[in-house]
Amino acid sequence: MTNHTPQLWRFHGGLHLAPNKAQSTHAPIASMPLPTRLIIPLQQHIGTSAEVGVEIGAHVLKGQVIGRAVGYVSAPIHAPSSGTVVEIAERPIPHPSGMSATCIVIDTDGRDEWTPVQACPDYQSLDPSALRNRIREAGIVGLGGAGFPAFIKLNPASAHGVDTLILNGAECEPYIACDDMLMRERADAIVRGAQIMRHALLAKRCLIGIEDNKPEAFAALAQAIRQCSDTGIEIVPVPTIYPAGGEKQLIKVLTGKEVPSGGLPLEIGVICHNVATAVAVDAALNQGRPLLSRVVTVAGAGVRTPCNLDVLVGTPVSAVIAACGGYTDDAKRLIMGGPMMGFTLDNDAVPIVKTSNCILVAAAAEAPDPPPALPCIRCGACAEVCPALLLPQQLYWHSRAKEFDKVQDYRLFDCIECGCCAYVCPSHIPLVQYYRYAKTEIWAQERDKRKADLARQRHEFRLQRQQRDKAERDARMQQKKAALNSGGNQDARQKAAIQAALQRVKEKQLGAANAPEARPDRSKDEEHPTGPVDPSQSR
Amino acid sequence: MLSAILAITLLAAAFGLLLGYASIRFRVEGDPVMEKIDALLPQTQCGQCGYPGCRPYAEAIARGEVDINRCAPGGDNTVVALADLLGLDPKPLEVEEQGPMVALIDEDTCIGCTLCIQACPVDAIVGAAKHMHTVIELECTGCKLCVPPCPVECIDMIPVEEDLANWKWPFPETPPKSEAADRVSTSTG
Repeated sequence: MTNHTPQLWRFHGGLHLAPNKAQSTHAPIASMPLPTRLIIPLQQHIGTSAEVGVEIGAHVLKGQVIGRAVGYVSAPIHAPSSGTVVEIAERPIPHPSGMSATCIVIDTDGRDEWTPVQACPDYQSLDPSALRNRIREAGIVGLGGAGFPAFIKLNPASAHGVDTLILNGAECEPYIACDDMLMRERADAIVRGAQIMRHALLAKRCLIGIEDNKPEAFAALAQAIRQCSDTGIEIVPVPTIYPAGGEKQLIKVLTGKEVPSGGLPLEIGVICHNVATAVAVDAALNQGRPLLSRVVTVAGAGVRTPCNLDVLVGTPVSAVIAACGGYTDDAKRLIMGGPMMGFTLDNDAVPIVKTSNCILVAAAAEAPDPPPALPCIRCGACAEVCPALLLPQQLYWHSRAKEFDKVQDYRLFDCIECGCCAYVCPSHIPLVQYYRYAKTEIWAQERDKRKADLARQRHEFRLQRQQRDKAERDARMQQKKAALNSGGNQDARQKAAIQAALQRVKEKQLGAANAPEARPDRSKDEEHPTGPVDPSQSR
Repeated sequence: MLSAILAITLLAAAFGLLLGYASIRFRVEGDPVMEKIDALLPQTQCGQCGYPGCRPYAEAIARGEVDINRCAPGGDNTVVALADLLGLDPKPLEVEEQGPMVALIDEDTCIGCTLCIQACPVDAIVGAAKHMHTVIELECTGCKLCVPPCPVECIDMIPVEEDLANWKWPFPETPPKSEAADRVSTSTG
């Protein structure tokens, strides 16, 4: 920990929002009673869904693999507690579509019995790829919200190498306080996780960015760093501006570097992980434990006791709410995530997954129905607050007109969907919804294009094959015809053969007629022709 | 006077040679417009436009023989894209738009006659004579060409269901334009 104030940069735009975090930070992270039933979706990360690795009726132990990773960009799923697999079926999952996906349902037995685990505290002796493999096997994904498998972002394979590892403790969205509480209470684990990640990446330095409205978290981390006397890790307080916790925004604030449009932070030598991911990495190496639970903020005026809970993955949201004293009469909307970037849940039967950082039970006053959208007046307020330096009104026009090529010219895919533009829009236009619509529509068109290309290729191949078959058939017909036409010779040969056979028969008959005259005494022998056979017959 | 005629003649000859050379040197094989049209068509090869496949339809459009609004699987999006490419006005679809479909063979009923295999324009059906056939779902374009030849009617066209991989955010509700305009006009007027 250094005492000098490091230079900070500023990202464009952003908003000062009421934090509303204090309502859940009054008490330490609570643990909740073991739920009787856990619903574990196979897809809790970006990439390929895991495949079922357990049978219905099987008894599983806590930490046992129940979903195997498929391919590179994937993550395994572990049983969060011991119990019996009662069902593998489609269940509603937390997703903006409200759709269902394959889940493994476990009835817990209450013993919470661990499968044997193997800790590896001496991570420095591990080969970097073995280290990454351990993190992969622990099912660790980015816990900040995106859920990208963490081991991929711990691979230093890049032309320039990794200069800076950034731990994201900014947590800029209102209401959400799970990272804040984690930093206050598990600062040691964060520092240990940071050391492991830094080792895996061979990063020169590690910066932990924390918004300056979290002095307790800052003090706790500073204390933890002092204790381990690691000079490579530095905590940096960053100004509280939403969305300072956006990956590209935090990188800009801490390093002054900008991630190129459409590029990755690795291209500028930076890797960014969430502080909660660091805690999971520490548990995976130092205790050998896979990622089974996470801290979830439960907040909003719709819940009786807002708090931060350590929740097992797969716990139904209803059980989490019950552990917080249940709903109040004001409860109106259930939101997973924060008020800016979260999405509405239709029912509370969906489970908590690895990426669920917050359950917001909003009262009517907190999440009022948006007033009807009015026409855009081109005031430009959205462009002033856009942290990605985009032109939201242009994106809106082209998305609305379904001009998907033009909307990409305005760099739609650099939009981080932070919601600043829609927040300040005086016409209450649901801008982010337009961008999300355009993004998924463009992906769908790309999928259709790939499918059409495949179909064209297969159709052309089929036409080619048909032509080739026809040519071959024609060639065969030609051959046969040619053979028929040259039939004159063949006839002559056949006739000659027939002639020769007739000749032989005649000779034989002649021979037979002459013989009795020459040797009359052999008439008896003719019944048993054992004598020398006529050479013409043997032929 | 003479020099002017000479100059013009020389220039004409020079440019003529240049153009002649260019037409040989930079000769374009095939019909680029037709290729572009073909690239926009969905390649279902269903023949619903009246042509035996997407390429023949693209060729007919390129020759100007047929309207651009006859591709049912492509829907309005394809009509708009074609209109954009060819500088025409988009027209309403002549045939009914259909969502993505995929063929499904009832494997208990299939007698293994291979007629559907011969009908499939993209070789998406596997099977052999007197053996059960099946559709490769990922390669099926949903053209329905396999349905009529089947003697035991064991092929069904199933609409492709939306799942998490192909789910799309819905289009946000359009701002009530007329209402808003009314309100603005009353408040200012």
